[in-house]
Amino acid sequence: MSRALARAVRRSARPARWAAFMLGAPALLFLAITFVTPLVALLSTAVANPEVRQVLPRTVVALARWDGKAVPDEPVFAALAADLKIANDAKTAALVGKRLNYEMPGMRSKMLAAARMVAAAETGPYKPMFLDKDDAWNDLATWQVIARNTRGWTLYYLLTAVDMAQTPDGAIVRGDPEESIFLLLLARTLWISALVTIGTVVLGFPVAYAISIAPPSAARVMLLFVLLPLWTSLLVRTTAWVVLLQTDGIINDIIVATGLSAERLQLIFSRFGTVTAMVHIQLPFTILPIYSVMRGIPATQIRAARSLGAPAFSAFWRVYAPQTIPGVVAGGLITFILSLGYYITPALVGGPTDQMISNFISTYVNRDLNWGLASALGVVLLAVTLAIYGAFLRIVGPERMRFG
Amino acid sequence: MWLPSYATGAERVGRFAVLAFVIAVLVFLVAPFFVVVPLSFSKEAFFTLPVKEYSLRWYDDFFGNVRWIAALRNSVIAAVATTILATVLGTSAALGLARPDFPYRRVVMSVMLSPMIVPIVIVAVGSYLFFGDLGLVNTKPGLVLAHTALSLPFVVVTVAATLSTYDTNLTRAGLSLGAPALSVFLRVTLPAIAPGVISGALFAFAVSFDEVVVALFITSAEQRTLPVQMFSGIRDQVNPTIMAAATVLLALSILLFVVTTWLGRRAR
Repeated sequence: MSRALARAVRRSARPARWAAFMLGAPALLFLAITFVTPLVALLSTAVANPEVRQVLPRTVVALARWDGKAVPDEPVFAALAADLKIANDAKTAALVGKRLNYEMPGMRSKMLAAARMVAAAETGPYKPMFLDKDDAWNDLATWQVIARNTRGWTLYYLLTAVDMAQTPDGAIVRGDPEESIFLLLLARTLWISALVTIGTVVLGFPVAYAISIAPPSAARVMLLFVLLPLWTSLLVRTTAWVVLLQTDGIINDIIVATGLSAERLQLIFSRFGTVTAMVHIQLPFTILPIYSVMRGIPATQIRAARSLGAPAFSAFWRVYAPQTIPGVVAGGLITFILSLGYYITPALVGGPTDQMISNFISTYVNRDLNWGLASALGVVLLAVTLAIYGAFLRIVGPERMRFG
Repeated sequence: MWLPSYATGAERVGRFAVLAFVIAVLVFLVAPFFVVVPLSFSKEAFFTLPVKEYSLRWYDDFFGNVRWIAALRNSVIAAVATTILATVLGTSAALGLARPDFPYRRVVMSVMLSPMIVPIVIVAVGSYLFFGDLGLVNTKPGLVLAHTALSLPFVVVTVAATLSTYDTNLTRAGLSLGAPALSVFLRVTLPAIAPGVISGALFAFAVSFDEVVVALFITSAEQRTLPVQMFSGIRDQVNPTIMAAATVLLALSILLFVVTTWLGRRAR
């Protein structure tokens, strides 16, 4: 085909492309505003650093001319004193103190003490006053940290979310081992998701197989058992597990009655309980893709293998099983991805050591009001999830995302 | 059962074992329902099965309590508004994506489906931050917008699945006979794909009606929905009224499920 013709063909297809696109445009625009922008807001909160700029504007200006080599001179201290006088009246000194405290333990109380001190003082010079009050003000590191946070952005939260830290002079190092909990948390989240994925595949594979070989009427009933839970509220199912797993609950009744254990077991607020409830909730998501692949495998193949003399097991294992792999991968990946973001179930059924990243995000927002760290953990979780979603799209394709 | 005639004895045993396992898993799948429903009708305040004496006292508690009723009302309002918005946007998008000339279809599809994938807490925190700037936090419209984004993929997927069996020659025939595009859609395409559209709408309703986390983050007591009310209750202490609320939710899910299954069968 000549180039001119190709161009003409493309041009003639343009109106149809436009018409098709315009049908999708409202939904895309809607998602861009109500879904993508919130994610961008999360990303920007993870690096936002407004406290020092807001509360100490004069200090920010004064520090812009500071060379960073030695403790600054009187003009910077005077600017800080002027800012802190206002902050003391406006009760905002705690805000900036809390922010600097993240990077330099103890800064909150020192900042508040300094604010009270300058509020009581009439005039300067302020430098001797500060140095007299606390040695920290004579420490280059303090000023390096303050200067670093005069910028509107920070890497502090993102670094903390992966157990890293920045030294006062700016080098990026491993975080304090005492506070390095987040990589472990990520590993725990991945591990629980992996357990749930394995659990659903082990329980789900035979079910999918049975549905695919059963006569239509039986298959329909079995499918009903799989689809009904899918339609049921996650919260309702989690509630049921709370009741089932309670120490004086039904499962413990059965365990004691059948003599499996003399004492009642701690099932709720445990890893076992969390994984069981999550496997229950995720099972349909794993079964359906496996079943839809199995349905497409002709039954005649097994018969052919058997008639050629293959024993039952090797006919299944060498002819049938390899063909189910796309379904197992699709179902397993969906469950793994969805498990990464679990919040409700670990919160209600899990103990302290079963809480996943989502639960920590919620805690940092609701209890500590530390939006920066919550957002940074969100960024880590989002990155991991999207990476696996990307793998899913490459291996399986978006067409396989189907429910019901 | 379901075995070829040449099956050996060992095979029959193996098949029997597999079948027993499968039945056990199927029971596991529905077991929770047999816990929630009977307990909600129990007369006692603690959870023992089998239930000795039945009563409706927890339903009295549920339907007689202003808080639960307000929460139920909020949930219904949010879910209905979400359903309308998501169905219109999602059906239109699915119609566009079904056309062979849709540009960058794979990419667009991946973006459209992403609300199903992104962890819900991230959506909740992001929505709180962004909707807060717009003054939409603690408002019903804010909740509806967030829920619509979450339900859109379900509508798109369901309608797209129905459209894959739709014969586009019908549209072409309508257009070639001189009907305007809109009336071809309303009188030819829409009736043909109606089961898919209704299933998608029911999916959207269910997603919004069950959603806890985003509602927890971006609403206050005034817009509190039924699942949020339940969640807060369970965190304190599970009481039988929560079982009654769960049964109400369960009944609704089963109703939605039956309707979609029936529609699915009709479509085939």
